[in-house]
Parts: sequence; structure tokens; C-alpha cells
Amino acid sequence: MWGVVLRSIMGAIPVLLIVSLITFGLMRLIPGDPAAAIAGLTATAEQLEQLRQDLGLNEPFVVQLAKWYGGLIQGDLGRSILMGQDVLEVTLIRLPVTIALSLYALVLTLVLGLTSGIIAALRQNTVVDQLTMVMAMIGISVPNFFLGLLMILLFAVYLGWLPTGGYIPLWDDPIGWLRTSTMPALSLALLQMGLLARITRSTMLEVLRQDYIRTARAKGLPRRLVVVKHALTNALIPITTVVGIIISLSISGAVVTESLFSIPGMGQLLTQAVLNRDYPMVQGGLLLTTAFLVMVNILVDIAYAILDPRVRYERS
Amino acid sequence: MNGPDAVVAVRAPDDAPLEEDFEVALQRQSPWRMTLKRLLRHRLFLMGLGLCSIILVAGVLAQVIAQTDPTRLAMRWRFRAPGQDGFIFGTDNFGRSLWSRVVWGAQLSLYIGFSVVALNAVFGTLIGATAGYFRRFDNALMRVNDAMMAFPAILLAIAITAVLGASTFNAILALSIVYIPRTARIVRASVIVLREMEYVQAAVAAGAGHWRILRHHILPNAMAPLIVQLSFLFAYAVLSEATLSFLGLGAVPPTPTWGNIMAEGRQYLVEAPWIITIPGIALMITVMGLNLLGDGLRDVLDPRLRIQQ
Repeated sequence: MWGVVLRSIMGAIPVLLIVSLITFGLMRLIPGDPAAAIAGLTATAEQLEQLRQDLGLNEPFVVQLAKWYGGLIQGDLGRSILMGQDVLEVTLIRLPVTIALSLYALVLTLVLGLTSGIIAALRQNTVVDQLTMVMAMIGISVPNFFLGLLMILLFAVYLGWLPTGGYIPLWDDPIGWLRTSTMPALSLALLQMGLLARITRSTMLEVLRQDYIRTARAKGLPRRLVVVKHALTNALIPITTVVGIIISLSISGAVVTESLFSIPGMGQLLTQAVLNRDYPMVQGGLLLTTAFLVMVNILVDIAYAILDPRVRYERS
Repeated sequence: MNGPDAVVAVRAPDDAPLEEDFEVALQRQSPWRMTLKRLLRHRLFLMGLGLCSIILVAGVLAQVIAQTDPTRLAMRWRFRAPGQDGFIFGTDNFGRSLWSRVVWGAQLSLYIGFSVVALNAVFGTLIGATAGYFRRFDNALMRVNDAMMAFPAILLAIAITAVLGASTFNAILALSIVYIPRTARIVRASVIVLREMEYVQAAVAAGAGHWRILRHHILPNAMAPLIVQLSFLFAYAVLSEATLSFLGLGAVPPTPTWGNIMAEGRQYLVEAPWIITIPGIALMITVMGLNLLGDGLRDVLDPRLRIQQ
């Protein structure tokens, strides 16, 4: 068990090192003078020089790199040009908003995606199955911002049930949070729901074909018990690995969803940073979001090892 | 790319539908025709093909079927609903014909999709085959690959376009950089399996060089999973490009893309909902068509992948 934990953490270290190196290198790819790109055409020579100083662009490459890693160790990711605040500080305020939204989307995905996948598998080749799979196909094909716009049009503009956008923090007013987060979470979740329904269906079908299922049925156990206890628990194991992918998709999707619904999360922060050429913010935000996802994947690996004893044996 | 092992991929023999193989073996058909025959019997594949054809025809014939300049402003024809005053899809806030804009948008989406797919096919195969075949490069290449895949796809694409600037070319570049590691991983996985096959060992024993083994014995057999991946990739590329231009990071207006038409239409959601709905539906048709094509190709070419997807 501890071997698995250690191994996934050790495996993540080179990934994070290279991720941070790529993130560092990215800002050096700006064609021409980054200071000029940030400051715009109206900047004076002094302003440009000041900016170069602030960003450390005048120093040799190796020194810049050493400073970047030195900063990372101390939790210093630089300062946002647009907001004048510490990148880490801003991120720590914005990331929870995105995580809350992603978790809401994850719950919707798990509940609706799993149930529809299981039902489709149990009713294989019936109308129910086909209908579910058509819905799943639509789910993975509708762009989330299009779905978001259609929902705004239907639920906010025509029916007036939900606000068109904005955000109320969960701890201030849970009902308000639900009202502002349901449409974004749904538009985020649809893609993952479709994916999960398809995976659950095929995994369930695979498991239901196994001999031990037939044995369980043959010894007279009720179908419901066999499905839930024998089939589902085993089908869930491969499905856990998908959770990491689902969270990654939610965070990616949040970029456009948050801009669409004016939710002050990571996605909106990064979009604004990108549009305003706030490179330290882009760099820091990208790195922290990726680091967060790498951690999620470590947890998924560990959960996988806990759920499936075979993994523990094979790896140790 | 011919010979009996060209198309039927690295799959376990017990996956193959037996009667079909016997039948085919008896008739001695070429594997290409056999695959084509199976594809044409796959109903969802045909549906995907139909949906993609609509977009493909629109994109290829844009110059012919949408002769109105998609960027021509005509303020007195603003906000015409679809069908009104001879505008098939209506007009937008500048009186530009949405028919023209969406059809030209199709051309751009296809261009970007094809470019990303082509770059992935070339570089994904190159990196994946190198890592899988020459194992001493494997560790280094795959570490970088894993790191690239750790970034959330859209976020990395956004960061790259932020650095390079918004343009069609940079969008293609950013999306390729994001997706090539994923393609490389798939190619590598099949190459690793194939290089241990007995017939490859036999080729080595017979004195074949690395290049010959890769080109004639390994890569043709690694094609099936790659083709499946590329068809899904086309869908992601079109979708991601739309997302980038919806955020203002794709092709620069007034060049019409489905994403930037929808971004502009957002303000007129209530007065003119068709501005977002029509490109949205076009985008959906494309992505769904490509997903169905991908599913069909996967079922026919590589049944082992069915569970993983």
C-alpha cells in the first residue's frame, strides 16, 4: 500500500519539474521584447526599463531560471501586472471557486453518468439503451459554451428561473450558490456525463459477462443484489481512473464557462490575464492549476490501489 | 502499406468476428476492401459520414455557395431573422449574412482541423515511434510527454496563444503542441507491443535495418489505433479552436469562425438568438459527425479500444 503511495508521489516529481520548466520557458517564447508586449505602444523607455527590471528580464537566462525555482520553493510566483497582487495570493482566492464548481459538476456527472450507464448496460440493445447512448453522444458533442448560452436563453431569459450569471459564495448563501452554480455546473458536466455513461456501460457489460456473475445468479441470488454487489463494485474499479480525467476536463471547461457566467474563478482569472498580457499571472495560474491536477491524479492512483487489491500485488 | 497485415491492427485474434474472417479468407479480398465493407455496414459510421459530408461540402464549396462576402457590412439589413429578406440564416448586428459567415467558418474550421490532424500524424508518429522502438530515448521523451499531458489541454493552448498572439496559424500551432503528446503516447503503445512480435524478430534475424522494420513491419500495423485517435482528435481540434476564438484567442475578426461569431452574438442573445444558435448547431454537427466516425472506425479497426474509450 505505502509502496503505491510512494511510487505515485515519486512519479509526480519529475512531471512537476518539467511542467515548471515548460511554464518558465513559455514566457521566454514571446516574440520580441516581452516588456514591450506587456506595456503596449504607449509606454515610455523608462517604463519599459522598469518593467524589465521588475520581471528580471535583464538578467542572464541561468539567473532567471535559478530565481524562478528559488521563488517556487518559497511559494513566490511573482506579481500580477494587472492586479499588482501576489500571484499565489490571487490564485488561492480564485481556485476554491473553480474547485467548488468542478466538484458540483463532478457530483452531477457521477450521479447521472453512472446511473444512465448502468441502466443502459442492464437494458442492453433496448430502446432505453439506445436512447441513453444517443443522449451521451449528444453530451460529448455539444460545446459547453453553446450549451451554456442555450441554458441562459431558456432558464434565465425566457423562464426567468435562474440568474443569467454572477456568483454567490457557497459559505455566504448556499441557496444562492446553487442558483448561480447550477447552470454552469450542468454545462460543464454534460460532456463528462456522456463520457462516463459510455464507459460505465461498456465496463458493466464486460463485468456482467463474467463467470462469477453467472455463478451468483445460478446459486439463486436476486438480480438486484448481483448487479449492485457483484457487478457494480467491480465495474467501479476501472471507473475510478476516469475521475482524474473528469476533474481535469472540468477545470479546462471552467475557463470558458466561468467567463460565460461571470464566475470569479481560476478560469475567468486566466482568461483576463491572457487578454491583458499579464504574463506572470498566466504563468503562475497555469503552473498552480496543473500542480493541483497532478495532486488529484496521485489521489486517484491511491484510491485505485485501495479499491483493487490486484494493483497492490502487481506493483509491489 | 499493403499486405495482409496492413489494416487489421494489433488486436487479439479472439476479438475478430470469426465467420467474417473465414469468409474473407476464402474470397481473398484485400484488407482495405474488407475494412471498407465492414465500415459501410456500420450504421453509426454512416451517420457520422453523412454529418461530416454536410460540413465538408459547405467548407469546400464556400466560394461557390456563399458568394456574399462574409465580412461585408450592411447596416440597413441588421438583425434579419433566418429566411427574412432572402437571408437563409438571417443576418448579424452588422447586417452580415450569417449563411456566408457560417459557411466560411466551416472552411476555416476544417482547415484548422486538418492542419492539426496532419501535424499530429507526422510528429505524433515520429515521437511515438522513436520512444517505442529506440527504447533508450523512451524515458526522456515520455517524461516530457507526461509533463505536457499534465497540463489541462485548453489551458495550455490558451497560454501558448497568449504568448504567440491570436491568429489562425498560432491556434493551429498551439492545438498541435497540446495534442501531439497524446498522439505520440498512442503510437508508442502500439509500437512497444509490435516490436516484440515474432515476425519483427524474424525481420531482425533476416538482417532488416531499423528503418525498414519500422516502415514495413511496425508502422503499418500501428496505423489502426492512430487513425481512430486522429478522427477523435479532429473533433477536439474543431471544438478547441471554437473555444479559443470564442474567448477571442483564435482567428482575428472580421474573419468569421464559429467561435467568434458566437462570441459576438452573445450580446444579442435575446434579440437575435439565431446568431449563436446557427454556428452552434454547425459546430455540434461537425463534432458529432467526427465522434461517430471515430466510434465506427474504432469498432471496425480496433475492437480492443472499445472499453477504454
